[in-house]
Amino acid sequence: MILTDYTLQIVSLGSALLGIISGILGSFAVIRKESLLGDAISHSALPGIALAFLMTQSKKTEILLLGALISGLLSTFIILSIVKYSRIKFDSALALILSVFFGGGIVLLTYIQKIPNANQAGLEKFIFGQASTFLKRDIEIMGILGIVLIALVLIFWKEFKIVSFDRDYAESLGFSSQRVNGLLFIMIVTAIIIGLQTVGVILMSAMLTAPAVAARQWTNKLSVMVVLSALFGAISGVIGTILSSLVSKLPTGPMIVIVISIIVIFSLCFAPNRGLIWKYFRDRKKQRTINEDQVLVNLYHLAMNHEDLNHSHNISIIKPDKSMTAKSAKELTKKLESLGSRGLAKKDYFNKWAITEKGLEYVENYFKKEEL
Amino acid sequence: MSPQMEIQIIAVIVAVACSLPGVFLVLRKMSMMSDAITHTILLGIVIGFFMVNSLTSPFLIVGAALMGVITVFLTEMLNNTKLVSEDSAIGIVFPLLFSIAIVIISRYASSVHLDTDSVLLGELAFAPFNRMKVFGVDIGAKAIYSMGGILIINLLFVIIFFKELKIVTFDSALATVLGFSPSLIHYSLMTIVSITAVGAFESVGSILVIAFMIGSPVTAYLITDNLKSMIVLSGLIGGLNGILGYQLASLLDVSIAGSMAVMTGVVFLLVFIFSPSRGLLTIVSRRKRQKIEFAGKSLMFHIYNHEGKEDEALESGIYTIRGHLQWNEKFLKLIIEELKDKEKIYIKDDIIKLTKSGREYAIKSYEEIVSGF
Repeated sequence: MILTDYTLQIVSLGSALLGIISGILGSFAVIRKESLLGDAISHSALPGIALAFLMTQSKKTEILLLGALISGLLSTFIILSIVKYSRIKFDSALALILSVFFGGGIVLLTYIQKIPNANQAGLEKFIFGQASTFLKRDIEIMGILGIVLIALVLIFWKEFKIVSFDRDYAESLGFSSQRVNGLLFIMIVTAIIIGLQTVGVILMSAMLTAPAVAARQWTNKLSVMVVLSALFGAISGVIGTILSSLVSKLPTGPMIVIVISIIVIFSLCFAPNRGLIWKYFRDRKKQRTINEDQVLVNLYHLAMNHEDLNHSHNISIIKPDKSMTAKSAKELTKKLESLGSRGLAKKDYFNKWAITEKGLEYVENYFKKEEL
Repeated sequence: MSPQMEIQIIAVIVAVACSLPGVFLVLRKMSMMSDAITHTILLGIVIGFFMVNSLTSPFLIVGAALMGVITVFLTEMLNNTKLVSEDSAIGIVFPLLFSIAIVIISRYASSVHLDTDSVLLGELAFAPFNRMKVFGVDIGAKAIYSMGGILIINLLFVIIFFKELKIVTFDSALATVLGFSPSLIHYSLMTIVSITAVGAFESVGSILVIAFMIGSPVTAYLITDNLKSMIVLSGLIGGLNGILGYQLASLLDVSIAGSMAVMTGVVFLLVFIFSPSRGLLTIVSRRKRQKIEFAGKSLMFHIYNHEGKEDEALESGIYTIRGHLQWNEKFLKLIIEELKDKEKIYIKDDIIKLTKSGREYAIKSYEEIVSGF
């Protein structure tokens, strides 16, 4: 029944579109270490929305979003200028402009409230987002903008890739990296503006950052990352929407953010190669070989001192340790067993150990490597 | 005391209290942490509320401050995995915690007065209604005392640990050598930031907390190089922003917190443009001056290189030199006039020549540039 509900279909479609768009452009923002820019821009869009309403008295989505786009771009421009013309760092400029613009937006909203006949109801939805108010027209606007953005990404793929990874190299190649950067900024701002209606200004930064961060864990290739990021964005959009409709009084925006955050945590833990779980096992294995190597080196020195390769030693001699407990003795035996199975050490009938020819060679190679 | 007066006093206290830890956030490049913390303390308040079932309990403040520190901790933990860059770590942690808070509020606390709008925006106009009473005697708005207390804590913290804060901020390696832990100071600072944010956001909202914490120190940063004067200036600027913002708000009858944030922006903009040492006007004119100076040197090197050579007439000819330097005509004219005024060059038979002092100057600056490498 839920799947045939018209409103839900519209809302899920909208959230999915949002996830795809912010997933794709978020990838670039994350690579360029500009993910917090999303936070600043989304807050800065508020005065634009209020001004657009004040000037046109219209609540049409496209007009409000145009206002948001202009003030988002203006704030980006100001942030970049502050960084360029003063010693103020990027993060301070972000925080400053974010609070000033948002404060301005609030001033305008309270001003609108006082104007007689101006029905401002519905403007606040941009602060927290209200996907449930989606209309079919909104989806169409999102769809068209989405297609334009994706087409632009495809057309300028190579340029975007170069300016994102290596600005200096881009400069040296001779194409105007400033213009490409500008275009990419405009596109990122557009993606943020599109998301405002669904998740609101505060949570939009998560939509820009999280899908891309999750995707990054699974691949080292930008193209794969962008596709995965769009996929994660779409999945979280749809699941978040469905969850919020299944349970009463669950807001859509925060649910979407929670779902995408779970995807991020899962990716951080389980993604092959980069994932924390794999890293943990890798580190443990590495630690074990290092420990084993140490034991083998002890055996090597004992063999050298006795001038007899086959002279076997008791474990308390192999690793002299005053406080040798039953547990550490067991661990040492385990390491020796492991060395034995690798053919580097051998055990005689009295549970005494000696190094093998192969072990000797291994240790000597090891020292040679160290000298290099 | 009139409510108007009280509101302005509260604003000034909040502004100064916020600017104290704010200075160090700005200098340590952690400004966006203020944004994260001001949002996530909401979760601390919500959880605290469900544990004690009261909105006025001091336990809420403890919970909120703790959540601020947890935010910092989680961000750093995420950052330490090296899988996520620092900015992305902030961008993931705080929306998640904030989302959880919103979900809990909308699901369970809709009957309680815990309204997300007021968290973000605050309502300074209501602050004077909340009175502080001692033995039944009204001694002023409660916020004056709560924020006053926080202001004193912050002041003591900055005064007592001034040296430590300074060293950790500018040279954390040295701090380790000197034997005190940078991370201890770091977390103490973050606790102070959280407590301040919790205390302030009730009356002024989280957005104004950011404006006071970052806006005023950043403005002061454009004026001074000295840490002590930066701290004092930030407090003064914050107080000024608060008072001006209140005047603007009552003039237009709009949101008080909003117009204080706007005032922070206006004052910043004025300082950014007109500051005598680092203002935009100074920087632009300095850069222009440097450009002209450098161009003058290049021109003189060019003339010196071709002095007395066969191609001098062509290379240094007043009508032909433009083609060799590839400058635009207006710029070239400006440089030539400039150098002629300083008597570094003169024109003879339509060829630009160096004067004696010009030649010496060219050689000297050439050597300076070469030895610079």
